[in-house]
Amino acid sequence: MRYAETGYNLEVDLTKGSIEKVATDPELTELHLGGLGTNAKIIWDRVPPEVEPLSPENVLIFSSGLLCGTPAVGANRTIATTISPQTRLLAFSMMGGFWSPELKFAGYDKVIITGKSPSLVYLWINNDKVEIRDASHLHGKGALETATMIREELNEPRAQVLAIGLAGENSVYYASVEHGRSSASRGGVGAVMGSKGLKAIAVRGTKEINLARPEEFLKLCNDILDYIQVRVQNPIKGVPAILSLIGSPQEMAIHDEKWHTTSFAWGHARQRRKDFWTKERAEEWKRTQDQRVERLVSCFNCPMKCGAIISHPELPTHRYMMKCYSKLTYVMAAMADDLDFGFKIAGIAQEYGLDGYTTPQVMAFAIELYEDGILTDEDLPDFPKDNKERFYYLLHKIARREGIGDILADGVYWAARRIGKGAEAYDHNTTKKHEQMVIKLGMLNPIYYIMYATGEKMSITQIEGQMPQAPLPKDYREEFVKDWIHPPTGKEEKFKEFILKWEPRGEYAFPFWPPPDLICELVEWQEYMHYIDDCTGICAGLSSFPLKPPYHIHNLPLFISYGTGLDIDEDRLWEITHRNRNLVRAINARLGLRREDEKPPEDHWKKRFPEYEAKLLDEYYKFKGWNKEGIPTKETLEKLGLGYVAEELIERGVLTEDGDSSTPEGASAGDKSTEQ
Amino acid sequence: MNAQKKKKTIKTIKIDVEKCNGCRACEVICSAFHSSPKYSSNNPAKARIHVICDAVRNIYVPVYAGEYTAAECMGRDKYVIDGKEYDECAFCRASCPSRDRFKEPDTGLPLKCDMCESDPDLKEPWCVQWCLADALTYEEREVEEEEEERPEELEVGLEALIDKYGLDNIVETLARLSEAKEE
Repeated sequence: MRYAETGYNLEVDLTKGSIEKVATDPELTELHLGGLGTNAKIIWDRVPPEVEPLSPENVLIFSSGLLCGTPAVGANRTIATTISPQTRLLAFSMMGGFWSPELKFAGYDKVIITGKSPSLVYLWINNDKVEIRDASHLHGKGALETATMIREELNEPRAQVLAIGLAGENSVYYASVEHGRSSASRGGVGAVMGSKGLKAIAVRGTKEINLARPEEFLKLCNDILDYIQVRVQNPIKGVPAILSLIGSPQEMAIHDEKWHTTSFAWGHARQRRKDFWTKERAEEWKRTQDQRVERLVSCFNCPMKCGAIISHPELPTHRYMMKCYSKLTYVMAAMADDLDFGFKIAGIAQEYGLDGYTTPQVMAFAIELYEDGILTDEDLPDFPKDNKERFYYLLHKIARREGIGDILADGVYWAARRIGKGAEAYDHNTTKKHEQMVIKLGMLNPIYYIMYATGEKMSITQIEGQMPQAPLPKDYREEFVKDWIHPPTGKEEKFKEFILKWEPRGEYAFPFWPPPDLICELVEWQEYMHYIDDCTGICAGLSSFPLKPPYHIHNLPLFISYGTGLDIDEDRLWEITHRNRNLVRAINARLGLRREDEKPPEDHWKKRFPEYEAKLLDEYYKFKGWNKEGIPTKETLEKLGLGYVAEELIERGVLTEDGDSSTPEGASAGDKSTEQ
Repeated sequence: MNAQKKKKTIKTIKIDVEKCNGCRACEVICSAFHSSPKYSSNNPAKARIHVICDAVRNIYVPVYAGEYTAAECMGRDKYVIDGKEYDECAFCRASCPSRDRFKEPDTGLPLKCDMCESDPDLKEPWCVQWCLADALTYEEREVEEEEEERPEELEVGLEALIDKYGLDNIVETLARLSEAKEE
């Protein structure tokens, strides 16, 4: 018997209209765990770099995590993986909610979709009965509306539905896959789904998920619940309120938005408004939020209430569910001071199925271009004067790929190049062709520099975590490290010393402190905790993201071992994570990712140090066992049992025969000889 | 006749639908506890509590499995509370032929909440312990019931039977049954 996982994937070829239930190899669980890890393996094996992201040959995987469906608190994430049309690299967007536990109860770990349906369809997974059903009546329907209609026509209110809206149908490069209170928004997974003619996947399952060592597993779960109750009563001192708790940032519950509105940049990631948060504003925003938020809601088996049911009388659906930060992204990008605008436009954007991070930035970028005369009235006929109206105007055009919307639908990077006339200079907040967090800061943060540069998850929030973002005030440092059990074994003292010494200025301050080796370790730890969550399906909000989370490197191996029956300790979990991280990097290297792509947004920090940054990147690559181009060396890959990956990279000329160096831009293998 | 007083513990789970966050942890831990061996598997479809979720209407109602009934109700009730209409049977706890709720998905056998009866007793049923939103709270109270109630109940039941089958039939049947018992 397989424990924690079902041991089956559902393979759906939409070109042929075929559906197959396929048993998976248990050895892959030992090598890659599940979720992102096994997704990456499938992408490596099946999607060569020649495949166009929006072609039938691209593979779209909706995976559960290894622990989804078990009683592990907050194990509910769905990991969507495909090749992104926007970045043309691996997209691994994730969402919470209820979909992936339901998939496990139906008897599957993943749904793997290939091909392209000749007409719009949806997939209905009802335990062993799986059908491809006509969705022509769902054309153009909103994502939430689609879910409701499907549940009604199936007469199954308990079916969990993920769906795309109009933006996905039109393959907007930042179209999301929506699932009620959650969405897989980043990287355009909705566009890939739309390109396959797939409108939705509904699932209902009534089978069991088994545990290998139930009593021990349950004890761990109870410990997590106990810890959560203590932790929420004890916010971390010395950090902004929004960072002091656990869960995804508690945007729906808290009213105090001083930190976001005054530290993050408004407009097209341009200006900070340090005096925005006045007493009057705070009161007005509180009134608005209290009026709109009807109920705080959770994902499957999680006590944190990170989402909310929003009601807005001006929306056709009347109600929708909001997740944390989209409350502010539209408001701030539109330079609108009015929170109610945020609640309204986010509802419309969600029905279209658009990413709440990228979409506002693209629209703000268009307004900038218009104001600077690069886009004209010809491009934007009847363009309203008011920014809020302009946002609605652009939103409708983008979702429809209508007029200028067709260009903007590709995101800032591609749009800037298609528009030309100097628009490229306005593309200042993307990394790897993808819109980044709208923060503009002063002094280079060397830890974040490496994370921004080398991260492949496209969003810093999915790389960072567990570390304070700035030095703690002196009085709080001792208290912070006292019960900080989270660093990996052997690194505790080093990491604690860092927290204790770290100062805003002077000898122990950024950018030339801490030393590169410690920077590398801190980056790897933060990033790897996310990689582990992406395999287990545990929400980052309880694990890799907040300070002092309930899950950490010391209890996660136990959850995995007691759940699956495999014997996985901290070292082995670290090794699996190394393997997965390198496999992801190899996929992207095969797709052309090189050192020159590894840059944070150019004006993320005012004070930059190009030589030092280059040195840091060198150090990090070396630390990771990657060559100067950031590609895993043959030796690194072989050590992780990824010899077949090295072989292919060499065959394709991505790595040279000696396996140590790459051949960027047509240099021939052996150019850089290290021997003879 | 001396009415005998008897002490009885009434176990109650108070459900505050306003506090429910729809996480369904109650379903998870209920099905885990009732699996065999305990906690060895998990399947909310086998839980003896279900959260009726309808986010679009902001409806979240945890409902516990009650008695099995062989017969469907004659009518279907709808409740309107604070302007929100709740589906027919929404609050009903019965495992009944008109729906698949509170039945083992494979066998169709009825499921019923047993307040997590176990030896030793739990301090509270698991669903309550796992509901950190405090939508579920456990209450116990002692009541004293008079034994007299029983004959009353019997009387009511017999009357119903007499109504249905006629006094003669009931007397005959009783006589036959008591003969059979004596033998």
